[in-house]
Amino acid sequence: MNIHPEKNLSTEKYITASCLISHSIVYLNDKAVFENKADSVSAFLDNAYQHFDLKYPKFYKMDNLSKLGVLGSDIMLKENFIPGKYQPAETGIVLMNASASLDTDIKYYKTVSEIASPALFVYTLPNIVIGEICIRNNFKGENAFFVFKNFDGKFMARYVNNLFDNGVIEACICGWLELIEEKYKLVLLLVEKEKTNQSIVFTEDNINKIYGIDNG
Amino acid sequence: MSASVLVAGVGVMSSIGNNVAESLDALESGKAGMGDMHYLDSLLNGKLPVAEVKFSNQQLATISGLSSSVSRTAQLSMIAAREALNDASIKNFDQLRTGFISANTVAGMDKTENFFSEFLSDPSKGKLRDVVHHECGSASELVADELAIRNYVTTISTACSSSANSIFFGARLIKHNMLDVVIAGGTDALTKFTLNGFNTLMILDQNFCKPFDEHRQGLNLGEGAGYVVLVSERVAASLEKNPYCRLSGYCNANDAYHQTASSPNGTGSFMAMKGALDKSELSVNDISYINLHGTGTQNNDISEGTAIKDLFGPSYPKMSSTKSFTGHTLGASGGIEAVFSVLAIKHGIIYPNLRLTDPMKELPFVPETKFLKNQNIEHVLSNSFGFGGNCSSLIFSKI
Amino acid sequence: MSDLKKQIIVQLNLKDLKPEDIGDDQPLFVEGLGLDSIDALELIVLLQQEYKIKLSNADDGPKVFQSVRTMAQYIKAHQAQKE
Repeated sequence: MNIHPEKNLSTEKYITASCLISHSIVYLNDKAVFENKADSVSAFLDNAYQHFDLKYPKFYKMDNLSKLGVLGSDIMLKENFIPGKYQPAETGIVLMNASASLDTDIKYYKTVSEIASPALFVYTLPNIVIGEICIRNNFKGENAFFVFKNFDGKFMARYVNNLFDNGVIEACICGWLELIEEKYKLVLLLVEKEKTNQSIVFTEDNINKIYGIDNG
Repeated sequence: MSASVLVAGVGVMSSIGNNVAESLDALESGKAGMGDMHYLDSLLNGKLPVAEVKFSNQQLATISGLSSSVSRTAQLSMIAAREALNDASIKNFDQLRTGFISANTVAGMDKTENFFSEFLSDPSKGKLRDVVHHECGSASELVADELAIRNYVTTISTACSSSANSIFFGARLIKHNMLDVVIAGGTDALTKFTLNGFNTLMILDQNFCKPFDEHRQGLNLGEGAGYVVLVSERVAASLEKNPYCRLSGYCNANDAYHQTASSPNGTGSFMAMKGALDKSELSVNDISYINLHGTGTQNNDISEGTAIKDLFGPSYPKMSSTKSFTGHTLGASGGIEAVFSVLAIKHGIIYPNLRLTDPMKELPFVPETKFLKNQNIEHVLSNSFGFGGNCSSLIFSKI
Repeated sequence: MSDLKKQIIVQLNLKDLKPEDIGDDQPLFVEGLGLDSIDALELIVLLQQEYKIKLSNADDGPKVFQSVRTMAQYIKAHQAQKE
C-alpha cells in the first residue's frame, strides 16, 4: 500500500514496523495489542512490561521516559527485527519530544532538599533513553534527540532520509517520545531500506498518519 | 566531492574570558577559571570549585541587551553568538538563508530554582516570569530573534556532546544546500541542579581538576557558551576576510554501555573518532592536535585514552584538555572547544593541559603541558562525549 | 541482614527479587547481583538515610559493598563507634 512507483526506488525508505503508546493503549503496526487502565503512568508501564514479558530487570530502575522508550522499542522490534541483521554502528536513533526530561527533572529536584538521588539525576537528560535503547539492543549508530514544541513529521522525514542517503545508517528507530507527569505519547517507527509485506513508504504523510492514529 | 563547509566566525565566553581575545590571553598565560562561587548560591561553596563566568546576571543582561528576567543560559548564548556573527561580518546576512542551532542541557533552570525557593515558602510568591523560559528551546528562540535569524532555529540536547552535535548538524544543512549560514554551538549556565547532581555521582574534584593525571579526582563544573559561524563556499567567497578553516569531518556514535559511564575500552569514543577521520578522508597521521574531551574523571580519561591508544598508536599527535582551564561546561563544551580548535589552526598554537604532573600509567602518551606557538596545525580533532553514551568527534582543517 | 536486603531491594528497585534471593556472601556487583556504579551511589544514599553513616570517599565503596555481609559488618562497626 501507499507505494509511489513514480519515485526513484533507490532513495525510498520503508516503515517496516511501528509502535504507538498513548491513552493506556499499546498499538503495534496499527493494531491495539494491549490495554490497561492503571491508576498511574508508572503502574501502566510496569503492567505493560509484565504483559509483554520483556525479561529485563533493569527496566524497573529506569525513569518513566526511559521505561516508555524501552517498552515501545522492545514491543516494536520483538517480531519485526532480526538482531544482528545490521552491524551495531548501522542502526541509528532519532527522537524528539516537547518536554525533554522535565518529568524526571522535577522528581530529582524534590529529592535535593534531603539527599539528592544519583539514580534519578542520571535520567535528567532526554537522550538517556536513547542510551537505554542502545544498551538493550547493542545499537551504536548515530543518535540525536531534538526538542520541538510539536511533533514535526516533515523534519523527521528529512533528517532520517538524509542519514540514510549519506550512508551514515542502514536502519533507524525514530519518532516522538513525550512524557510529563501523567501525560504521555510514544510513536516509534522502524525505518529500513528494504520493503516488506506490511511496510509503507517512509514519507511525511505516512509518518503523520501513524502519529495521529489515536487522534491525540 | 561534496561541497566544503567553512568556519567564518567564532565567539566564546567562559570562566577564562568574555570573548575570543581574553580567552586566548588566558590560554597563553595558563590562567584557569576555577575558584569559589561568587554568583551561584550553593551550600557547596568553598567545598567544590566551579568555573564561573565573572559577571552577575544583571551585568550579563547589560552586555547582552536581553531582559534580566531571561536565564543566564540565554545571556551567555546571546553574547557569544553575537561575537561570532560580528566576527564573520557577513554584509548581506539578511538576504541569506540563515539558521541558529544551539545546544544546552539546563536551559532556564537557574531562574526556575529562584522561583521554586520563593514559591515553596509561600505559594503566592515567586515570579512566573522566571519560569516561562524554563524549557531548552526557549533560550535558542530568544537569541535567534535578537540575531534576526530567518529560516531555521532548533535546540539539540544530547548531554555533554550537545554542541558538537549542533555544529555538525549545521554543517549538514549547509552541505545539502538548505541554508547558507548557520551559527552553531551551545551554552550552559551553572545551576544548583547540575552541581548537586554531579556531586551525587561523586565525580567532582574538590580541588582544580587534573585531566589525564594518574591522580585525577574528577571534574570541575563550568559555564559558558561557544559558537562557530558556518558558511557555504559561495558565502565564504563573498566575504572580505578569509575563513578560518573547514569543518572536514564529523561523526556521532553510541557507546551502548551505561547511562553515564563510558565503556572501559572507549568503544563509542573510538567509533566517533574513526568515523570523523573516515568522513574527512584523513588518516591518524594527518591530525596535528586533539582537543580532548578530558573531563578529569577516572572513567572518562581512561576510556578516551584507551580509544586514542587503539586508534592512533604507536605515534601520537599533540593533545590536551582545555577543561583544565574552563572546567566542564556540559552542553557548551563542544562549542567552546570547537572555537579553541579553530583558533589553534588560525594562530598555530597548542594549549597546555594544566596541572598534569603524573601522567596516567596505563597510557603510552602524555598530553602537552606547555603552551606552544609557531606550530603548523593542519587538522584538529575535537572530542565531546556525553551521558547516554552519546559520543561525537569533529575535525577542523586548514584551508 | 534480611532487613538490609529488603532495604537494598527497595532502594535499587530490584522488583524481580525477594530478600531470600540474595545470598549473604553473594557479590553485589557485576558477576553477582549485577549492580552498577549508580547502584553503588544509591547504596551510599541508603547508608546515609537509614543508618546515618556517611561514606564520603567513593573508593571505599568496593570494600564495603562486596556483599550484604560486608555491608552489615560496616554498619555494625560504625554504629558501635558512635556509641
